[in-house]
Amino acid sequence: MSMPIGAPTVPIARDRGGPAQPLLTVDRLVKHFPIKKGFGGAKAVVRAVDGVDFEILKGETLGVVGESGCGKSTTARLIMGLIGHDSGDLLFDGERIGSRALPLRDFRAQAQMVFQDSYSSLNPRMTIEGSIAFGPQVHGVPKRQAIERARSLLARVGLEPARFAARYPHELSGGQRQRVNIARALALEPRLVVLDEAVSALDKSVEAQVLNLLMDLKQEFNLTYLFISHDLNVVRFICDRVAVMYLGQVVEIGPADTVLAAPAHPYTAALLSSMPSMDPDARTEVAPLAGDPPNPINPPAGCRFHPRCALAEPVCRGTVPPLDTLDASHRVACLARQPGSGHTLSPSLTVAA
Amino acid sequence: MSAPAPEPAVAIRNLTVVFGGVVEAVDGVDLTLERGQAVALIGESGSGKSVTLRAIMRLNPERKTRIGGEIRVAGQDVMAMSAKALRALRGRAVAMIFQEPLLALDPVYTVGQQITEAIRQHERIGAGAARQRALALFERVRIPSPERRLDAYPHEMSGGMRQRAMIALALACRPQVLLADEPTTALDATVQIQILLLLRELQAELGLSTILVTHDLGAAVEVADRIAVMYAGRIVEEGSARDVVLDPHHPYTIGLLRSRADGALAKGTRLKTIPGSPPDLANRPPGCPFAPRCFLAEERCRVEAPPYVDVQPGHRAACWRTEAAYAAFQADKAAVAEAVV
Amino acid sequence: MAHATQAAAPVLDIAGGAAPAPTAPDAFVPSRGFWGQVGHKLLRDPVAMAAACVILAIIAIAVLSPWITPMDPYRGSLLRRLKPIGDATYILGSDELGRDMLSRLMMGGRLSLFIGVTPVILAFVIGSGIGILAGYVGGWVNTVLMRTVDVFFAFPSVLLAIALSGALGAGIVNSIVSLTCVFVPQIARVAESVTTQIRARDYVDAARLSGASTLTILRVQVLGNVLGPIFVYATSLISVSMILASGLSFLGLGVKPPEPEWGLMLNTLRTAIYVNPMVAALPGLAIFIVSISFNLFSDGLRSAMEVKA
Repeated sequence: MSMPIGAPTVPIARDRGGPAQPLLTVDRLVKHFPIKKGFGGAKAVVRAVDGVDFEILKGETLGVVGESGCGKSTTARLIMGLIGHDSGDLLFDGERIGSRALPLRDFRAQAQMVFQDSYSSLNPRMTIEGSIAFGPQVHGVPKRQAIERARSLLARVGLEPARFAARYPHELSGGQRQRVNIARALALEPRLVVLDEAVSALDKSVEAQVLNLLMDLKQEFNLTYLFISHDLNVVRFICDRVAVMYLGQVVEIGPADTVLAAPAHPYTAALLSSMPSMDPDARTEVAPLAGDPPNPINPPAGCRFHPRCALAEPVCRGTVPPLDTLDASHRVACLARQPGSGHTLSPSLTVAA
Repeated sequence: MSAPAPEPAVAIRNLTVVFGGVVEAVDGVDLTLERGQAVALIGESGSGKSVTLRAIMRLNPERKTRIGGEIRVAGQDVMAMSAKALRALRGRAVAMIFQEPLLALDPVYTVGQQITEAIRQHERIGAGAARQRALALFERVRIPSPERRLDAYPHEMSGGMRQRAMIALALACRPQVLLADEPTTALDATVQIQILLLLRELQAELGLSTILVTHDLGAAVEVADRIAVMYAGRIVEEGSARDVVLDPHHPYTIGLLRSRADGALAKGTRLKTIPGSPPDLANRPPGCPFAPRCFLAEERCRVEAPPYVDVQPGHRAACWRTEAAYAAFQADKAAVAEAVV
Repeated sequence: MAHATQAAAPVLDIAGGAAPAPTAPDAFVPSRGFWGQVGHKLLRDPVAMAAACVILAIIAIAVLSPWITPMDPYRGSLLRRLKPIGDATYILGSDELGRDMLSRLMMGGRLSLFIGVTPVILAFVIGSGIGILAGYVGGWVNTVLMRTVDVFFAFPSVLLAIALSGALGAGIVNSIVSLTCVFVPQIARVAESVTTQIRARDYVDAARLSGASTLTILRVQVLGNVLGPIFVYATSLISVSMILASGLSFLGLGVKPPEPEWGLMLNTLRTAIYVNPMVAALPGLAIFIVSISFNLFSDGLRSAMEVKA
């Protein structure tokens, strides 16, 4: 069935905890970036990621959506260890990443990333087969075999090796380059692939081709995706579950069909109704939110969304809403949805029980 | 519509733009923008939509570009204009807004200074009066605490605010025509819809004639009265927004609509994509430029370029097989409806 | 070249002919590779090629000079001092000791080029090392290295060269050492800024994610992208270096008489400037021609390396 991609290079005991154990657990992840303000002035802090919790189950696609500054890309880079986190835990198949049982290098052999900028992610001085073969070579695969694998991967992502393998990145279109980046990510046979806005820069028709490819590859190679995007249509289409982030925190997480059809958090609802209408007879009349997404330097106290929220009440200013379960699979951080929170819209305790 | 102004705001006839002598970026575009109307030019990268827009103000680099055809703005022949007349046209009669306001605004002056400067360049008016106008413009584009924001530098504003400031700057000299080049592409979703609604509102209230260039069908539907779909330097379909989105007759338009992720039958099913990639504009194949990627292409399409077919009054498509395309689209729609039920 | 165009024409005819060729739009020309492209572009740049020819010719003359000089560059004749240009025996005249100018200019190229180019090569190696390390590692390593480098920028390069040479004493080796010290900081700074830019590219992150060691990433992913721009900058320094080296010799801090060297010749002929100005200016002209050739070539190299981003 699957393409012969050469002998497996990383003989790591693959599945450890069985299908029920999440492939990746992100637990209270925090990353603050200090910034200097003036001479000797008080140091400000960008709370890029401020206590993020979620799990990615084996074989699923988890979408992360949110606007600029919500910390979704920082979260991806933290997971991959490209930047170090301040506190919190990252567990991969039950093992802490960076622990003795799972050193960073071993983790990275099982998790790869595709970046948004297809051009910047390829070395302009390397042929594309060279770029793809680099990873396997680092892991000790002889050059000839590595190139062979690169070529079969190119074929798999829809780029005929005979025509493309020896090309340089600038000789390819954006969509073709992104296919190369996907092939490179797969060269190490990862279990988890983080797609950071991987289709956002592509034209719509090309985006559709790449989305189809991603779905095929997922099935063929048994992949788990973390799919970061700002496009709710794409997320709804490709993701099983979705996490909505706002100012460095997850405000809602649950099955994509539920969250994007009947959102529980007012921010998710606003994001959804901000999507341009495709019906000329039913154009959007009122913008759901005013103003720009705020800056994560000085997030508001209480619920971070309260200054822009239509449901905000005095209680939202003082109380930080926890990410509480709405039902077995759906969690939301909103006082209006939480029994006994003191919000007038909060469901009564008996109903919730 | 009124009697004394029969000339359309912008009339483009058989526009061709060739870069470096070989790349035919625009290949025979006809487009009419009636006064007070909003037209969206839709297309993917390399379709020639931005080049067409820039040609209206002759903004393409003069040395490397060869422009042919006719461009008239409010009855004036742009192709025949002197450098001085062009300067008067730009900013005065026709204003433009861009995708990235940070590149369009001058970083060393406050936005207020830039707007008053723009007003005073075209009009004899005192500094105080100009500032009053600038303030009114800021209120018009709904910038909160406008008095204070006039004295802000571009980098001190957030993305959405900057885009509003650029719109204010574009409106400074009361232009009749507004050209918008991907004005919301770089913005977050919640801000994008605000800017789209602002453009729609300004267009209606100031009677602006607007050309919006975008790759996003949704943005076009929100703002435009008419939509022109471009492919490989040609307009392949043009009509009212309703006609183009709900009753498309060109296979490329249909392909664009189908490949949207929200148009998929169900989760996990494959998206219907347009195979292949756009043609090399330096080496055009004969016939219809879309033929190599078209699901309806037949022998004739590869040999002879299709003429425009008026499928309805005011709705044209450049295709030999408009009826077959429309039928395929309707069949698709029925299948989706069935799947939902 | 003519052959290439002739060969290409029929291919185009086929593609444009009546039979539609399905693969025509994607017909792929085998890639030349980066340096192949740079060479290809350089060959089409007449100015850079002319400059390269001048440089090569001067190097060839300098190298071969012991065998090809028309006269002995060291033997003078007190009777035939300061002959003008166009003299029957001395084509380019003779100097203040009656030595043949043409022979001395040919021979002088050896030392002038040697003490001009060597410091740049040395500084290229050392400066790139410092700059790339600082740029890639970043953090406090960067701060320490680059602030140290900045100290050298406090002095104008001419003064720095003179001061170092003065402190080390006259001589060819010392003048090379002092010039190297002048150029290391400049090259290090360029190397650091280029490396910092490359470091921020996603492909470097992708390489880190593949599990490669820092050294491997530097060697495979970073070096190739960084050395080009640094090399271009270094080429542009050769002209400065030649002029500085000549200046040091002129001041008596470099080459010692009677060795022929252009800067030194300029110095010793200084006294003859009123008697025979044209001859006195000849070494200066030689320095000018070589340095401008290096500059023009490095300009050409830079534009040839600007591959589509």
